[in-house]
Order: sequence, then structure tokens, then C-alpha cells
Amino acid sequence: METILGLDLPTWWFLVIGAVFTGYAILDGFDLGAGALHLFFRKEASRRIALNAIGPVWDGNEVWLVIGGGALFAGFPHAYATVFSAFYVPFMLFVVALIFRAISIEFRSKEPMRWWRLTWDISYSVSSVLVAGILGILLGNLIRGIAIGPDYEFTGSTRDFLNPYALLTGLTVIALFMMHGAIYLAIKTENRLHAKLMVLVKNTSRFFVICFVTLTMATLIYIPEMAEKFRRYPELFAVPALTILASINIRRWAEKGIYWRAFLFSGLTSALLLGLAAIGLYPVLVPSTLNPAWDLTIQKAASSDPSLRNMLTIAAIGVPIVAGYTVFVFWTFRGKVKLDDSSY
Amino acid sequence: MSVELLSRLQFAFTIAFHYLYPPLSIGLGVVLVLLEGQYLRTGDKVWEQLTRFWIKIFALIFGIGVATGIVMEFEFGTNWATYSRYVGDIFGSALAAEGIFAFALESGFLGILIFGWNRVSPRVHFFSTVMVALGSMFSAIWIVVANSWMQTPAGFRIEGEGFLARAVVTDFWVMVFNPSSIDRLIHVLLGSLLAGAFLVMSVHAWYIWKGRFVDASKKAFRAALFVATIAALAQLFSGHRSAKYVAEYQPAKLAAFEGHYDSLAVADLFLFGITDPETQKTKGVAIPGMLSYLIHDDFSKPVPGLNAFPIQNRPKQVNFVFQTYHLMVAIGMALIGLTLLASVLLWRGQLFGQRWLMRIFIPAVLLPQVANQLGWYSAEVGRQPWVVYNLLRTSDALSKAVNAGQVWFSLILFTFVYTLLFALFIYLLNKKIQHGPDGVEESVPDYSKRFR
Repeated sequence: METILGLDLPTWWFLVIGAVFTGYAILDGFDLGAGALHLFFRKEASRRIALNAIGPVWDGNEVWLVIGGGALFAGFPHAYATVFSAFYVPFMLFVVALIFRAISIEFRSKEPMRWWRLTWDISYSVSSVLVAGILGILLGNLIRGIAIGPDYEFTGSTRDFLNPYALLTGLTVIALFMMHGAIYLAIKTENRLHAKLMVLVKNTSRFFVICFVTLTMATLIYIPEMAEKFRRYPELFAVPALTILASINIRRWAEKGIYWRAFLFSGLTSALLLGLAAIGLYPVLVPSTLNPAWDLTIQKAASSDPSLRNMLTIAAIGVPIVAGYTVFVFWTFRGKVKLDDSSY
Repeated sequence: MSVELLSRLQFAFTIAFHYLYPPLSIGLGVVLVLLEGQYLRTGDKVWEQLTRFWIKIFALIFGIGVATGIVMEFEFGTNWATYSRYVGDIFGSALAAEGIFAFALESGFLGILIFGWNRVSPRVHFFSTVMVALGSMFSAIWIVVANSWMQTPAGFRIEGEGFLARAVVTDFWVMVFNPSSIDRLIHVLLGSLLAGAFLVMSVHAWYIWKGRFVDASKKAFRAALFVATIAALAQLFSGHRSAKYVAEYQPAKLAAFEGHYDSLAVADLFLFGITDPETQKTKGVAIPGMLSYLIHDDFSKPVPGLNAFPIQNRPKQVNFVFQTYHLMVAIGMALIGLTLLASVLLWRGQLFGQRWLMRIFIPAVLLPQVANQLGWYSAEVGRQPWVVYNLLRTSDALSKAVNAGQVWFSLILFTFVYTLLFALFIYLLNKKIQHGPDGVEESVPDYSKRFR
């Protein structure tokens, strides 16, 4: 088997996909969170500022989902095929929520009528919560495992999707994104809206901590195999320790009013949480609840080595370029939101 | 209805709807580069206002293109899981490359295009416009490469058996430059340029006809006409080359395009007609021997008909393929006529006085759109019963875990959502067009009153 720096190609690709979805969680995470908080802002001006805070970047953020989907298809076609066909209905609701979210952002400001704007405000907020929630529920199901048969096919039903553990993961992701979004908006706003966001940062971070602690306990009780690797390699305990440190730092910097640092730490927290899930799962991508021998491992699900090598080359060229101009775009729109004639 | 039929219907519906938007983005992107380039070159504010106006419309089109595009990326996994397992190595690579090289570029810089007017210098803004235009073209490259591989697979071998059977890439570049990639890519890009340019011409023809923004509209119309004329003429050659490759690599599809059941020593070229699957005959107006000539450069060389292929390996909807293909060609010819006529009149300085011609250009925006759609229908239905030509049948490509009820659910959902989306799109597009570019003189000489 071909290896690069001692790691086989499916492992490399597991890392790449993990990195892409982490990028997605950090980037789209804040604009989904901003969407989830949208109805907390009462005044028209506040809503416009909140919307324009994400206006120039949300589209670029969502690209990471498209790249992640493509990367999963390319790198682990069996995982892509099994999971997407297993949760057919949730995925359809997910894309419809994405559509409604996009058109809400795009169409809201195009008419002045109150009912028009309120309709799109609600649609924007509800679809943001749905997108975050379905992603979280999906993650919960991947950790818990789904009913995969010996032929890699899902044998369960759509109802399996909504199990208590996965719902708890969904709630945690919503809480995480809301906190992340509140911090982002705190960076981008001033005066009374900023004061309101300071309160929201505090409340959402409390909400997140409660969810996070509950989820951790539920994981240890119901899915003890997730802790298996940590028992075997104690040095991995650094990751959960760092997660706790990072989440403490969110509060610390938020209380000092230095929100960009709080933002970095809430991004880091998202990354570490996904890292915990990835460590617990590896080398399995989708566990089978029917028989551990039927787990979809990265080896079983992966594309051929030559294809993975091509794709690694593409990623090595593409990702730094994308990261470069993403930084450029964010830099261009730095600072507090000022409404002008090109705003939403 | 079966899962197969429902999934095909859903895919056809969602891709056809999606495909209204990317060609417009690609074509409009090029026009935007021209308009803003003129602004940078001349410093004339009118060009800037035109650019701003079309960027707003671009944003609307792009937004819907993105939203409906994500649906496509997910549908391979949800509805065509077996296909995804089979082609992940290849098709997946192309999709991932599209995401990272094209879509990211487009979306990243779009923010600057729309919101960056007061934040970056005109040069940086122009650079962003170029990046967005390039991004939309790169996107076409990877998507057409992926689809062309399904038409003329190359650079792979088959590994494994049963549910583990899959196409494994052996040579990435042979896969990318498979026999039909380049010709089909050029064909798609030219079709997109026509779609975008005709949208611009339609809107500005309407302004001219109404006597609004006349001077600015003439400028924009000229720029778009330049793009459209070149694209329409080039499409003739591109279409010819594409058909030749279809004849070589997918002869059963070509036979369906042309409505020939029997292999004929001298094959005629139908201009229009109707194909009857019962009698296996096509009735219509034909140029004797022309098809043989176009394919082989020789009036007397034979072209195989559908009956030369086993019935289970050739498309069934022959009349549909025949009609969509012929209508596309007919529209292509009409576009050449229209753009050439307008160019000649422009050259003689008489174009904008021809109110009847402006009147024709207003609805002509539909022509390239319809041709683009029809071309894809004939290309995709003509490939049946294969999803990957001669390798994987459409009926074998479905998701095993999905039942008919689920697909009914999503099909109804998409019908509802896309109807709403389309209504909103038309409503807002109309509103923007009615409003027109800001800061441009509303009406210079008002022809409309003089002729009324």
C-alpha cells in the first residue's frame, strides 16, 4: 500500500475531508448561527446590519460544504453513497432548507413591505436552524452508527435518523453555531445592537456548555467505544483537555470584550470537537449498528490509490489558493458593518 | 411508478431547472468583464453604471444557480448510489475539482463584486469580476468533463465484481481529455455566451424600444452583440465537430439524432420531420446524402442506423431525441441569422433605428436558453439506456436503499419549491429591469413617441 510520510492514502484523505468539514463548521458555522439568532433582533435596522455582516461572505462559506461533498464523493464513494441514500428524506429537507436560506438572504431587502421582510426573516432563521440541526443530527448518527448490511447498503428506515443521541448532537451543533454567530456579530456591530449581542454571547455560550456536557456524558454512557482510543493512547487526552481550555477561553475573551479572540477560540472549539469525533471513529467512517465487521472503514470505502493521489495533488494546489483569497475577502470587509447603497 | 422512472424524472427536472442559470452566469460574466473593462479604459461613468446594474442581475442568477447546484451534487448520492459507488474514482474527482478550483473562486470574489464597490479600488474590483467570470467557466470545464466521461469513457479500467464493481482511473489526463470533452466543452461555453449575451441584448433592446436609457443601452447592446455574433458563428463549427465525434463514438445516438433506423449507403440529412417508432421511418424534408457528407466528407459513405445495434443497447425515445436535436440546430441557425443581420446593420449605422428588430431581440432571449436545454435533452436521452456509455445501465445505477414513496415525496417537494423559486426569480428580475441602471440619463431622444 502506498504511503506518504508514513500514512496511507485513505488516512490522508480522511484528514483532508476532516479539514474541509472543519473549515465549513468554522466558516458557515457563524453565518448559520447568525441566521438562527436573526429573530432576536427586533428592529429593522438591526436585522439589516446582522444580514449585511454575513452578506459578502456567506456564499463563500457555503462553498466549503460543496467542496466537502465533492471530496467525500471522490475520496470515499461508498460512504457518500451509503449515507446519502440512507437518509434520503433528511438530505432532501436539508437542500430545501439551504435553498430557502439562500433566497431569504437574497430576496429580503428587495421589497419594502413589512410582511415581505418578516416572511423572509422567519424563513431565513428557521432554515438556518434546520441546516445546523440536520448537520448535527447527521453527525450524531455517524458517531452512533447506522444499520449497514454486509453489502454496504443501509437496511434501516428514515425514522432511525431521529434517535435521542443524534437529536442531542443536533442541539449541540445549533448551540455551538449560535454562540459562534453571536460572537461574530459582536465583532461586526456597535452601540445598542452590540450591547444586545454581548448578552446573547453570554446566553448562547451557557446554552452550548450545557449541551456539550450533556452530550459528552451521553457519549461516554451509550457509545463507550468512542472512548476506546483514548484508553489505548492516553496522550490523546490532550485533545479533550484542549477542547475544555478553548471553550473556557471563549468566555474569558468575551468578558474582556476582545471578541475577535473569542471568535478564534470558538472556531478552535468547533475544530477540536470534530477532532474528537474523528479520533473516536478512525479508521471507521460509518459504523454499522448490526455487526462491527460491516463497518464502513476508510479502507473499504476509499477510491483507488491513484485517484486518491491525484486528488491529494489537487487539494494541495487548490486549498492554499482558496484559503488565500478567502483571507483577502474577509480582510476587505473587516471592521464594523456600515450600510451603503450596495447593502442588502 | 417505479423508483427508476421517478428518479429519472426528478433528476431531469432538477438539472433542467438548474441549467437555466449557470449558462446565464457564464455568458453574463464575460459581458461584465467587457463592460467593466470599458469603464477602466475610458473612465466613462456610464460603463460603471451598466456594470453595477448587470452585477445586481448576475447576483440574482448566481444565487439561484448555487442553491439549485447543491441539489445536483447531493442527488448522485441520494438517488444514484450505485452509480456513485461505480464512478466515485472518476466522477467524484471531477466534482471535487470543480468545487475547489471553480466554485470557490466564483463565490469568494462575488462578495467583492456586489458589496465591494466602496471598499476596493476599481482595478481590484475589475480583477474580482475577471475571477468570477473565470470561476464560472472553470466550473463548466469540470462539469462537462465529468459528463463527457459518461458519454465517452476513457483512462480507466473496471475492478471488482457485484456491488464492488467500479471504474478505477488509470490515467487522469486521458480521463479528463476523453474523446468528447473538448468539443462538448466548447459547445457548452458558446451556448452559455449566447445565453448571457442575448439576455443583455434583450433588456437593452427593450429600453431602446421604450426610449429609456437609450445611449447607455446602445453601448451595452453593441458589446453583447459582439459576443453573440462570434459565439453564434463559432457554434456552427463546434456543433459540426461534436456531431462528428458522436458519429464516431456513439453511433447509436447519432442515428437517433438523425432518425435513421436502417443503415443507409447514402444517408440523408433531415431538416425537419417526424419519426415513427412503429414503422421505423422518418418523414420530412431532407437533403440527399448530406449526412454522409457531414460525417465522412463524402456523399456516398454509409452511416449506420439504429437497427445496427441490439435493441437493448440503443435509445428508445427516438422521436424525442430527433425533435430536440433538430430544434436545437434550427435555433442555432436562427441565432446566426439574427446576429449577422444585426451586425451588418450596426456596421452600416442603421441598427438602432430598426424598431422591429429591437422588438425581435426582446423575446429572443428565450432562443439560446431553449437551444441549450434541448441540446442537453438530446445528449442525455440519446445516451440511454446507459448512464455510463456501454458500461453501466441507468436501471442498474439506482440507490438500493431508496423506495418510490421517498422519491415521490422529494419530487413533489422540488416541484413546489422550484415553482416558487422561478416565480420569485421572474418577479425580481422584472423589477430590476423595470427600475433600470441607476445614475444613467433616463431618456435621450424619445423615438417611441415619434413612431406611436
